[in-house]
Amino acid sequence: MVVNCERVWKEISNYIEGDVDAGLRAAMDDHFRSCKRCTSVLEGARNVIRLYGDESMIEVPSGFGQRLERRLAREARVRRRTWSTWSAWLVPVAALALIAGGLRWANSLTVAHPLQSEHAQAGHNIPPDLPVVVSAGAKEFHVAGCEFIHNKDKIRTLTAKEAIREGYVPCVRCLRKYLQTASAPHDSKESEADTSGNSEEEEERDRGQ
Amino acid sequence: MAELNAVLSNPEQGSTREQELIAQVQRGQTELFYELVRPYERRVYAAALAILRNETDAEDTAQEAMLKALANIRQFRAESRFSTWLIQITVNEALMRRRRERTRMTEAIDDQRDEEGEYVPRDFADWREIPSEALERKEVRQKLAQALASLDRKYREVFVLRDMEQLNIQETAEALGISVASVKTRLLRARLMLRDLLAGGWEQGWFSRLPFEKGTKPW
Repeated sequence: MVVNCERVWKEISNYIEGDVDAGLRAAMDDHFRSCKRCTSVLEGARNVIRLYGDESMIEVPSGFGQRLERRLAREARVRRRTWSTWSAWLVPVAALALIAGGLRWANSLTVAHPLQSEHAQAGHNIPPDLPVVVSAGAKEFHVAGCEFIHNKDKIRTLTAKEAIREGYVPCVRCLRKYLQTASAPHDSKESEADTSGNSEEEEERDRGQ
Repeated sequence: MAELNAVLSNPEQGSTREQELIAQVQRGQTELFYELVRPYERRVYAAALAILRNETDAEDTAQEAMLKALANIRQFRAESRFSTWLIQITVNEALMRRRRERTRMTEAIDDQRDEEGEYVPRDFADWREIPSEALERKEVRQKLAQALASLDRKYREVFVLRDMEQLNIQETAEALGISVASVKTRLLRARLMLRDLLAGGWEQGWFSRLPFEKGTKPW
């Protein structure tokens, strides 16, 4: 087989790819040996591939790598937080579901209200009818007057049982005594009296605003 | 020739370190993702730029593509090359962006049919050797970028995916949604046009003052 220059130019890219049959390849090899122009085209095309194939030839805007790294780091943090929040929920949710089995409000806990805080603790010693307050956007419920209430101007009062059912978790400061184990008994009567008094004051203050 | 074919078709199996990183990121160590993609960041950018032709859009698309890759990292299967997977996501993102912003694009939507007739080389300057120093020169990089940017996008896209991103012909066709025959035709033209654009410059100007390394061939 004999090939002319036009045929060579048409096939030169396939030749470089190794995508021509043996007969054509041999004919092209013959042609290159005798044709300086086609050899120059072949070498030039290979140089083009070599030059552009070298990734250090790629011009990227200044600061490209740093900006990419920052954005990925931000995303990685978000993903990690999402994951850790989920995994932090799974254990206490499962624990609550199990522990709550014997309590009279067990059914209300097993409904699908995920706990809103990763600091979730089983609040099974809290008297279910204890008046507590929750505030908009917060995760915990408190005894009225607790200094750790966020958004004090947006609180509402409900019972501990309702707060737990809605997914709130007890504040570890003002409700600490209920969160201790059964081996550390407490005087629930006294504390209820204290807190209900506070709660009324709080409500009055709310009404006044 | 055999060496060249090896260079062009070698699947560059991912390194052991890369495989480890992929597994770690898949298990949730997302902070390692940048280390995983860093070797490919330039290629990801080049792929986006080939399609969008605007540096700001290309950078933004490169970032978006990386985030998408991170979000879908569990779907990556080891039978494909990680770099190819990353480039395919990038091409997809860039093509979607171009469709979305078509009306804003300054570049005319050129005719996507392949040119009839054969391409005839215009320049037969002898361009057989590349001095290795040339590759380190910013001027040379800029010339290459300009020549590439001057190609019609149908040629530029195919050339970038095949010769810069090292996708194979089939993968290039799939990424762009065109036939294998079109990839081959466009690739031929792109390579010969770039050769014409660069060969003259090579001989006359930008790197001719550099000492050539006699006796070494690029391939």
